[in-house]
Amino acid sequence: MNHLLSIIIFLPLLGIVAILVTRSNEAVRTTTARWVALGVTLIDAALTIYMWSRFDGSSSAFQFVEQAEWFGAGTGITYHMGVDGISMLFVVLTGLLMPFTILASWESVKSRVPEYMIAFLALETLMMGVFTALDLFLFYIFFEGGLIPMFLIIGIWGGKRRVYASFKFFLYTLLGSLFMLLAMLWIYFTAGTSDIPTIIETVHFPVQAQYFLWFAFFASFAVKMPMWPVHTWLPDAHVEAPTAGSVILAAILLKMGGYGFLRFSLPMFASASEALAPFVFTLSIVAIIYTSFVALAQEDVKKLIAYSSVAHMGFVTMGIFTLTQQGIEGGVFQMLSHGVVSGALFLCVGVIYDRMHTRDIAAYGGLVNRMPIYAAVFMVFALANIGLPGTSGFIGEFLTMVGAFHVQTWVAIFAATGVILSAAYMLYLYWRVIFGELVKPSLQAIKDLSLREAAILVPLVIATLVMGVYPKFIFDITGPSVAHLIKQHHTAVAYDRGTLPSSVKLAQSATRSAP
Amino acid sequence: MLYAILVFLPIITSAIAGVFQKWLGARPSELLTTAGLFVSLGLSIYAFYDVAILGHAQIVPLWTWISSGDLTVDWSVRVDTLTAVMLVVVTGVSALVHLYSIGYMHDDPDRPRFFSYLSLFTFAMLMLVTANNFVQVFFGWEGVGLASYLLIGFWYKKPTANAAALKAFVVNRVGDFGFMLGLFAIFWVFGTLDFDAVFKAAPTFAGKTFEFAGQQVDILTTICLLLFVGAMGKSAQIGLHTWLPDAMEGPTPVSALIHAATMVTAGVFLVCRASPLFELAPNALAFVTFIGATTAFFAASVGLFQNDIKRVIAYSTCSQLGYMFVAAGVSAYGAAMFHLFTHAFFKALLFLSAGAVIVALHHEQDMRKMGGLRKQLPFTYWMMLIGNLALTGIGIPMLGVGTAGFYSKDAIINSAYLAGTPMGHYAFWLTLIAAGMTSFYSWRQFLMTFHGRYRGLDRHEWDHHHDPHHHALALEDVHEPARTMLVPLGVLALGALIAGAAFVHFFIGDAVFWRGAVALAFGHHAEGEHEIPVLIEFAPLILTIVGFGTAYYFYIMRPELPAQLAARKGLLYTFLYRKWYFDELYDFLFVRPAKWLGRLLWKWGDGKFIDGLGPDGVAARVLDATRGAVKLQSGYVYHYAFAMLIGVVGLATYFMLGWR
Repeated sequence: MNHLLSIIIFLPLLGIVAILVTRSNEAVRTTTARWVALGVTLIDAALTIYMWSRFDGSSSAFQFVEQAEWFGAGTGITYHMGVDGISMLFVVLTGLLMPFTILASWESVKSRVPEYMIAFLALETLMMGVFTALDLFLFYIFFEGGLIPMFLIIGIWGGKRRVYASFKFFLYTLLGSLFMLLAMLWIYFTAGTSDIPTIIETVHFPVQAQYFLWFAFFASFAVKMPMWPVHTWLPDAHVEAPTAGSVILAAILLKMGGYGFLRFSLPMFASASEALAPFVFTLSIVAIIYTSFVALAQEDVKKLIAYSSVAHMGFVTMGIFTLTQQGIEGGVFQMLSHGVVSGALFLCVGVIYDRMHTRDIAAYGGLVNRMPIYAAVFMVFALANIGLPGTSGFIGEFLTMVGAFHVQTWVAIFAATGVILSAAYMLYLYWRVIFGELVKPSLQAIKDLSLREAAILVPLVIATLVMGVYPKFIFDITGPSVAHLIKQHHTAVAYDRGTLPSSVKLAQSATRSAP
Repeated sequence: MLYAILVFLPIITSAIAGVFQKWLGARPSELLTTAGLFVSLGLSIYAFYDVAILGHAQIVPLWTWISSGDLTVDWSVRVDTLTAVMLVVVTGVSALVHLYSIGYMHDDPDRPRFFSYLSLFTFAMLMLVTANNFVQVFFGWEGVGLASYLLIGFWYKKPTANAAALKAFVVNRVGDFGFMLGLFAIFWVFGTLDFDAVFKAAPTFAGKTFEFAGQQVDILTTICLLLFVGAMGKSAQIGLHTWLPDAMEGPTPVSALIHAATMVTAGVFLVCRASPLFELAPNALAFVTFIGATTAFFAASVGLFQNDIKRVIAYSTCSQLGYMFVAAGVSAYGAAMFHLFTHAFFKALLFLSAGAVIVALHHEQDMRKMGGLRKQLPFTYWMMLIGNLALTGIGIPMLGVGTAGFYSKDAIINSAYLAGTPMGHYAFWLTLIAAGMTSFYSWRQFLMTFHGRYRGLDRHEWDHHHDPHHHALALEDVHEPARTMLVPLGVLALGALIAGAAFVHFFIGDAVFWRGAVALAFGHHAEGEHEIPVLIEFAPLILTIVGFGTAYYFYIMRPELPAQLAARKGLLYTFLYRKWYFDELYDFLFVRPAKWLGRLLWKWGDGKFIDGLGPDGVAARVLDATRGAVKLQSGYVYHYAFAMLIGVVGLATYFMLGWR
């Protein structure tokens, strides 16, 4: 399987074709679309696992690489794809989550099902493309292309204020990306190539230029993360999106920002990344504390979880810009863990939304009386979101703070307050929704998880616990690549150092220096 | 291997009982979890013999947990003497509480869940005490916190129970905040989180400082204080104690196991485990002593006038934990662990006896509705009597004969006296006065429950919330509870009587017993009792007798007096009855502002400010412009605020650059 990566990425397009060519009445097309989407995503999931099994974790090189002429010889623009230890697991995460989202939409989406499934399949291809593209323009196409299906998913299958939310989402992210495109064009014309590994290995930008480039990319990634204060599109988008849309948004789309920092900002604009780390720390801490307080005041289940996502992404950006092994690995782990946990939390909300058609916390209460299995499953994800040791949520928070403590003690201290606040807002939510007497008449007949719902949530429970108890299987993959990234970063900084203004001090390196 | 079984058996039985509760049913779940615990207890006793007596300490590595760069953390089972003591306490009390709960919970439809939680708790506690590194301690630490949360809120229909559960978790997290920072600091300084490596390297850092916020700060003192903040949360020391009395919302066996004998002592265990670090940080030790002594005094004073039978014991626990920290703070780690050990017996005994009373009275907990139960509950009466004798530490100093508390508590008070430091004297006086108050509230509780006149059928004017469905029992209808509940009481009573005399020579001043598991800097003090003036030696006993006499006067000779005093609502009485106003203060300082801030940031920060300035504002401006009616004024406020925002971020960035 020489073209495994391309097969994985473009297989969903085949599913789209299959759905499009089905010519029959509405009911048959609907059923076909569902089964085709499920089948394709399941095969794709299996292929990503196969790829994982063939991946050499001890190497930091790009693997399953594919390169072909694209814009013609001499342009420096090629179709170049590949995965390393950082990106590989995001492809796997995408592949594994997609079947769950299809299953989650099985009954809740009733209108325009074929189109809905097409949007999801297109989204899968585009998201996987983002994590594997090794050419600037290829990356940009996937990165921006992903906006369109998501825009449609929110705008067509969303809630009451879906049009407002979808436009807000689209404009925010598009505006951020425009700066990135300009920066990419500048890089291309300066370097004469758009090949990412080549640029990282051979091209050095002047330090002043790095600042501009860094901010241009930052504009795009910060919106995607989202970082405070450009996060306000997220709660609206989540609230209006259908369940599966929220899952994808939280689990995968948000990770593109963090991935972008790792792929572009750290190695290409090394000196700027180092100098601007305190700026990122500040925004990260504000995100952690500010959005945690906001989460405490929420009256809408989905909004609460959306705000908690912003807080958790704050740990990611903080970890990445510590430029230490623990911080970056913790950031990557936190992204993967958040992908599973927040995805699962939105699925949990979907379960009760499907039954009651409201997201108001006040409309629930005492669900444990009739839904004990649901209560247990929800508890596991709530605890993972709180970062309880033994769940996946702990590892990422812990490592990012270990990294931050090395570099800037204050940052870790402020970030650690998030530990208190997350417990407060999450358990307060759990209390209001799950505990208490079941007094509301509307809830008297509510049913516990169906077999389909249990089949979606139980594997995620297992994933959460396994990642929390034996995370080594992930570190084995990410470790060498992160170490390599830090090395690239330091090499680039060392190159720049002669031209650096002396007032800019360097962050402590990953290598230990005892106080 | 044996030790791995010891630790993991409870989680296996817990998972089976929890996941398959529908299929298994109540009785098999009870038997499975209880049997599992008794197997663990057997193995623990073996471990105690093999490790503490024969000296075969062991570290069994299991598998790698976290490995990132130079940070490696393993799952492992470490059994040294300190662990062995904790193993016996944890599995012993847990096994008895499992057995007791079969009787106590027999009406409850959710028994499988209850037993599953109990075993889950035991597992987490065992992981905590067998950890070989600080992170695994933290795993167990949070695990027991989770189990505590689940069990306090076990009766999830009660709003008070849910509130108490949430409070317990969040307040503990405040402590964990310190603990986590302690972990980061340890890794930062030592480059490892394994106990032995850290303790070995610690002396080289003694007295070294690092710069923080422009100050030179002592490294080891900082680490120890951060760890101690965690200990304060878990062990309910003053300031972070508010969750413990509320935790009494949980079923009584839970109170006995988690909130008396085991989990709340985890903080003491942590300080003893990290004693090689604390020994190098005298200022941190002074702080530990100060907090311990203050808590011992404070909690005892609040316990004086509580009317809920369980809350009295809860404050008593809080106070006794303070004693343990005093011991640790004056470097008498052996005495601290000894009191932890004896306290587990008599406090579990007191809670379970109180539980027997509560069950006998069909879940009445207000002591003002009890009285005269001695004839109806003769066995429980004797058990409670033994528990109180042990708690108040009755014994004869010159002969060295007495109940469990006599050995351990007096050892602490003497250690404080012998420490010779100003903080030691502070601790000595406060613990001494607290001993008197302990005696008063213990005997007050005892007399109110078992002696005097039965008041269950009285109408009380303070009883505004009188529940018409709750039929008060006639005295003749009060009977001893089931035998499964009484057997554990008997076993614990035996421990409360003889554990002190039997083990005192191991725990205190015996370096061979500890084999370096705790630092033994001041261990010799307890041996050299001749240094202590006779009056000092008799002082605790004298105050205990005074406390008893006062209680006897107020509640037997002049039973009308307490009600009259309460009705007068004197300042001191109200201050104590309202628990020094901690809850009100925290509500005012933290709870309300947090909610207020949340709404403010949401409605104004996100809504008016960011959105108003960003997407919505832009859209509105564009609309305005197209209508040809540009209203600049409305935009100015936002622009102004935006400039401020950028300024704040810029300043913070600047300062962080400068602080490096």
